[in-house]
Amino acid sequence: MTANEIAHVVVDALTGIAPEIDPAAVQSSINFREQFDLDSVDFLNFVLALHERLGIDIPEADYARLYSLESAVRYLTEKASAAKPSGSEI
Amino acid sequence: MASDASLPASGTRWPAITKPRSDWNVVPNLVDYDRTRAAFSWENARRDLDGLPGGRGLNIAHEAVDRHAAGRLATRVAIRWLSKDGQRRELTYADLREGTSRFANVLQALGIGNGDIVAALAGRIPELYIAALGTIKNGSVFTPLFSAFGPEPIQTRINIAKARVLVTTPALYQKKVEALRGSLPSLEHVLLVGAGASFAGTRDLAALMAGADSQFVIPPTDPNDVALLHFTSGTTGKPKGAVHVHEAVVAHHATARFALDFHDDDIFWCTADPGWITGTSYGIIAPLTHGLTSIVDEADFDAERWYTILEKERVTVWYTAPTAIRMLIRTGAAAARARDFRSLRFLSSVGEPLNPEAVRWGVEAFGRPFHDNWWQTETGGIMIANFAASEVRPGSMGRPLPGIDAAIVRRVDNRIEVIDEPGIQGELALKPGWPSMFRAYLSDDVRYRRCFADGYYLTGDLARRDSDGYYWFVGRADDVIKSSGHLIGPFEVESVLVEHPAVAEAGVIGKPDPIALEIVKAFVALKPGFEPSETLRRELLAFTRVRLGAAVAPKELDFRPSIPKNRAGKIMRRLLKARELGLPEGDTSTLEAS
Repeated sequence: MTANEIAHVVVDALTGIAPEIDPAAVQSSINFREQFDLDSVDFLNFVLALHERLGIDIPEADYARLYSLESAVRYLTEKASAAKPSGSEI
Repeated sequence: MASDASLPASGTRWPAITKPRSDWNVVPNLVDYDRTRAAFSWENARRDLDGLPGGRGLNIAHEAVDRHAAGRLATRVAIRWLSKDGQRRELTYADLREGTSRFANVLQALGIGNGDIVAALAGRIPELYIAALGTIKNGSVFTPLFSAFGPEPIQTRINIAKARVLVTTPALYQKKVEALRGSLPSLEHVLLVGAGASFAGTRDLAALMAGADSQFVIPPTDPNDVALLHFTSGTTGKPKGAVHVHEAVVAHHATARFALDFHDDDIFWCTADPGWITGTSYGIIAPLTHGLTSIVDEADFDAERWYTILEKERVTVWYTAPTAIRMLIRTGAAAARARDFRSLRFLSSVGEPLNPEAVRWGVEAFGRPFHDNWWQTETGGIMIANFAASEVRPGSMGRPLPGIDAAIVRRVDNRIEVIDEPGIQGELALKPGWPSMFRAYLSDDVRYRRCFADGYYLTGDLARRDSDGYYWFVGRADDVIKSSGHLIGPFEVESVLVEHPAVAEAGVIGKPDPIALEIVKAFVALKPGFEPSETLRRELLAFTRVRLGAAVAPKELDFRPSIPKNRAGKIMRRLLKARELGLPEGDTSTLEAS
């Protein structure tokens, strides 16, 4: 997946949890919880939605890397490409 | 119910956690439970406080701030504030006295006096703490509004309170208040904290504070003068404003000593937001009356950040909530064990019952169990707790504090019967008389009186007591939803849903959730001409989130052809819940044919 495709998935997961968010208004480098009204349950649901859509395991210790769009895309791109070579990680 | 009666009196398969004396870093305040209870009186507890000089009464702000600022604690850090972006700001007791005095003088200059209501809508910033204590110092009444509320709950609460002043930030004002301003008739002054755009009809608090006198003499304060107004929710009707008086400080002080085991040099961290009563009684008042250093973290929950605060700030007593603990559990005990928590002496939790696994997990991660305790907005302070020197029964809320008499009762018509036999489920009730008991629901005497019967305050919580006097939470007696430690009234959510043009009827329940205890789930029936669709579902969720805020709005929403109601037209939320959970539906004979 390209970074662009991943960004699309992230925004889609975010607006799935908080449909009032205008996808075009998401500012890339600002913490989601600064920009939008999300509580901790929303954030957890957002992480679970990313896991479901991308099939990437996201350990809790990495949650902080999902706080903004820019950082989430960088993190998920790294994870997606790290998983690629063997393709058979169990 | 048969399943309840067959449970052992202790109610859990988890063994009690004992704490050998060799583990004590300091001697706990409450060692001999029975003797301390027998010897305790609220009159004596009152003597741990000073009272206003010259016998002019009792004021919370004097006990929390001025008396320490005048003595050897003047230079001690009262509040250590950690900002979202990594700054630290420390306020000593002397600083806090000056700040609160300036704030009280600002109120005086605005003509705000005794009994006038000052509301605050802000995140955890130092000015919120200064405004709270400065308001109380002035003899005015402080009412906190949770900063994650949407415009709707803010409007309702400001109007019930008839607040004359609102302290907030430019960002929150713009986002949530500006558009409402015309429908807040009581609101005369809006004081904004922090630089930013200026708005018509607002004033810059910093400028007002800078121009105000730094000295303020607290006016005579009757212990029964109103100090705090905290909103809570019922099943029906508008939110209820629970009224608390200055005398409540006697209970804040004494209960913190027993249930949070405060000692002189403690560094205390209460993670609750002052928008809710825990964040005021124990996030602002009690640590200050004890002269402690209190940690205030502006940021939202983050596991790594929290571990760093506990470790680096050398927190000794930590008061947090089940939802946060369950989120920490998800990160695993290893992340906690990698840290140095040797300063941490006492862990406690409130907001909703803490599950036994989580109590136990404290031992695995921190070497100490969490101590669950129980109270509510109406009680003003901790009523039932697991104590430092007593064994912890995982899943139990513990035993009543000294000065608190609890019972399990059954309502029979307008009277109650006390259930003495252990292990039987009933409603948790308390004998009135403790100082922090609420004195009214603002402008709603009918609902206030309904809380009392036969000399008991009825809590609305169902519980049972085991044969050793430990209490176990069972559930709510009403339809109020407990989510992430907050009480949410279903009616407040339903009222917003039916304002949407597509919605004919709405019913809202608490759906069990492994992290938040319950989440808000809405069921809606549509008006003719509207069809259920994913687009409409998202539109309705967005509609409620914008109006109510994420903390109150539904997390899930399903369509139903109709919402079950009884013949009197009352929404049968229990039936909606039973259907959602696949439980027996019970007696439906009073159900409206539909």
